Amino acid sequence: MRDIHTDEIISAIENLFIDANINLPENVYKAISDAVEKERSPVGKEVLKELLRNADAARQEHMPICQDTGVAVTFLEVGQDVHIVGGGLAEAVSEGVRRAYKKGYLRKSCCHPFSRKNTGDNTPPVIHAKIVPGDKLKITVLPKGGGSENYGEVRMLVPAQGRDGVKTFVLEMVKKGGPNPCPPIIVGVGIGGNFETSAMLSKEAIMVPIGERNADEELAAMEMELLGEINRTGIGPQGYGGTVTALDVHIRMVPCHLASLPVAVNIQCHAHRIREMVL
Amino acid sequence: MTGKARRTDGKRNSYSMEKKIRTPLEGDVIRLLGAGEKVLLSGYIYTARDAAHKRFAETIKAGGQLPLELKGQVIYYCGPSPAPPGRVIGSCGPTTSSRMDAYAPKLISLGLKGMIGKGRRSPAVRDAMKQHEAVYFGATGGAGALISRSVVSAEVIAYEDLGPEAVVRLEVRDMPLFVINDIYGNDLYETGVERYRSGPLY
Repeated sequence: MRDIHTDEIISAIENLFIDANINLPENVYKAISDAVEKERSPVGKEVLKELLRNADAARQEHMPICQDTGVAVTFLEVGQDVHIVGGGLAEAVSEGVRRAYKKGYLRKSCCHPFSRKNTGDNTPPVIHAKIVPGDKLKITVLPKGGGSENYGEVRMLVPAQGRDGVKTFVLEMVKKGGPNPCPPIIVGVGIGGNFETSAMLSKEAIMVPIGERNADEELAAMEMELLGEINRTGIGPQGYGGTVTALDVHIRMVPCHLASLPVAVNIQCHAHRIREMVL
Repeated sequence: MTGKARRTDGKRNSYSMEKKIRTPLEGDVIRLLGAGEKVLLSGYIYTARDAAHKRFAETIKAGGQLPLELKGQVIYYCGPSPAPPGRVIGSCGPTTSSRMDAYAPKLISLGLKGMIGKGRRSPAVRDAMKQHEAVYFGATGGAGALISRSVVSAEVIAYEDLGPEAVVRLEVRDMPLFVINDIYGNDLYETGVERYRSGPLY
């Protein structure tokens, strides 16, 4: 067994959320930079250049990339030989989030669903924990904005709808969102499992590095087909019209029940903020 | 061409067709704006989003006085992140405008001339813009750090209790925007998308 103190976890979470909100990952910066070359619309090109200038401004001025610094989505891969000491794991994550959003001057975007009263410290975070072999704790943070999250959906398709049904559903969601989820977007598609598994897979899919293809050839081809079709919708950067609507599409698939074909679509905005650390 | 990751200088602006305008917006300026044009806006604008709009509507319904005189003014759908020490404002990009669609036609009829946000507007809002000569500008969503550089001053003028949703009077200088809906019924979300669409009907 290896002991990990909650103080270490609190401080890691605090640093990760501040860093993620301010510094756009290099590969996302590069993807937008490449998109400037690919985009055919002059307005679209200008928007993409604004996004690069924005990433530069955020880094230089230590300012959040976007004012919507999101709900604090946190993924934990807890090694089965890890022993957490000093307090509860979930409480440690919450405390780290509380400190990050205060110290980092990040916007608190969490409220009561009906009264809309702000919780005041961006808690509770969304925590997904998985038990894995080993004695390490891997933390991945994904501050997720509301504009893109609003265009996600889980749908239980009829098995006969198959691949085409999945593609139609994904395109329908992209078109429904149009300019609202801040294109160029990253599209995550989760297929199989059950109702909640498909949703989790779609979230994991948006976290796959841009440009990385699924190991399964059929799914890799489907990712490319979907990316092509999404970029032919004409939506373009910010929805002002153009040829770069999505930076990438990722699919994650697992087996499902004989009677079901669960599919989930999760959309990520161009400000794809993600950071990870292993303790 | 495949570009390598490249840093821009963070200041220069290469778009050639930009037009400088000032608030309050007057009819002669508004009539010259066309969907798809880039503008640099200067002067005072007011932030208001979901909760502030709800209060505006309640105030109007009760026959009360709004915290700002709407005539010729521009409302920015924005809930900024907190200002770090020594800064005027935090990151301050636009939020999705459609959530304010239920309230916008009334405000337009009372003299509001401009709205800044992101995303499509409802037919009712577009009709009100045509009828009362108002325009809708898009600020680039997710470019809040860049937009904050255009903000010269910020002062909460109402609903401080709403936190990030309070009404803030911003003085802006050369805020980069695109005209989405002009007073002639043009909509960049329709014309722009139609122009670059090569797949099935969008």
